[in-house]
Amino acid sequence: MSGLIGKKIGMTSVYNADGQALACTVIQTGPCVVTQVRTTEKDGYEAVQLGFGEKKEKHTNKPLQGHFKKAGTTPKRKLVEFKEFTTEFNLGDTLQVADVFGEGDFVDVVGTAKGRGFQGVVKRHGFGGVGGQTHGQHNRQRHPGSIGACSFPSRVFKGLRMAGRMGGNRVKVQNLKVLKVMPEQNLLVISGSVPGAKNSFVIIEK
Amino acid sequence: MNELIKLVEAENASRRSELPEFRAGDTVNVHVKIREGNKERIQVFTGTVIQRRNPNTNGETFSVRKVSNGIGVERTFPLLSPNIEKIEVVRLGKVRRARLFYLRGRQGKAARVKERKVKKA
Repeated sequence: MSGLIGKKIGMTSVYNADGQALACTVIQTGPCVVTQVRTTEKDGYEAVQLGFGEKKEKHTNKPLQGHFKKAGTTPKRKLVEFKEFTTEFNLGDTLQVADVFGEGDFVDVVGTAKGRGFQGVVKRHGFGGVGGQTHGQHNRQRHPGSIGACSFPSRVFKGLRMAGRMGGNRVKVQNLKVLKVMPEQNLLVISGSVPGAKNSFVIIEK
Repeated sequence: MNELIKLVEAENASRRSELPEFRAGDTVNVHVKIREGNKERIQVFTGTVIQRRNPNTNGETFSVRKVSNGIGVERTFPLLSPNIEKIEVVRLGKVRRARLFYLRGRQGKAARVKERKVKKA
């Protein structure tokens, strides 16, 4: 799994060769800096840690300042480890969009979903509601219905889907096609939608 | 809107300047590219523009209505689609609203649109 860290810019549409309009997400990604190289001898596994996004030094704690100094870069906001990069890297190497992605590649995108607050079961779990307004219903169109049987088991099973906080969790969307790579602007155009709000960090895995 | 998104839309934006100005009520010829196997040909769809949606955006579309053999036909085109070879404005229409859905319920003389006269400067 190689990849890069990026920032979601927003959505628009592009036309493909057949003239069809495709919904797409624009992601600003790279240049990412190699901040640490994990090796089997030292760490027990192989990985590359990448950094993305500028951060002021006064907002960086002392241990991290040392970490970035070692790599010879300015402090970065987001650090992510990637396993299975095929090429070897040294500390302080920079990775551009075009180094990792090409047009027509299929990628997975990881982001933090928008927080929806406290939501009922219809929105949160896709329940159907009670299905009608007649036959004695008057105020429970979007209710979950029965949550269990009677004196046996005389409890509610663990993990039963109910209302509660929705969103704000890590979501991965798989198999999105790279429609365009714009190396000068560090932009990546990916078909379809991507989890998260605008300006939020996303991880693009290949 | 974000400047970076405009960069992605830049190639479509240039196409907009080549298109003529038209609005709801105008009669237009839309030259549409049609691909049949390897062959490509142009088909002309002539009718009245009944709406323009999401104007001045990348996803702008317009709908054209015509009556073909007594049957109403409406087609919606993405304005910036590369499949649109060109758009010709045949006749300017004078209408009092932006969406002419009332034409759907009318036939013959009642479905006419008044002509808009442009004053010469």
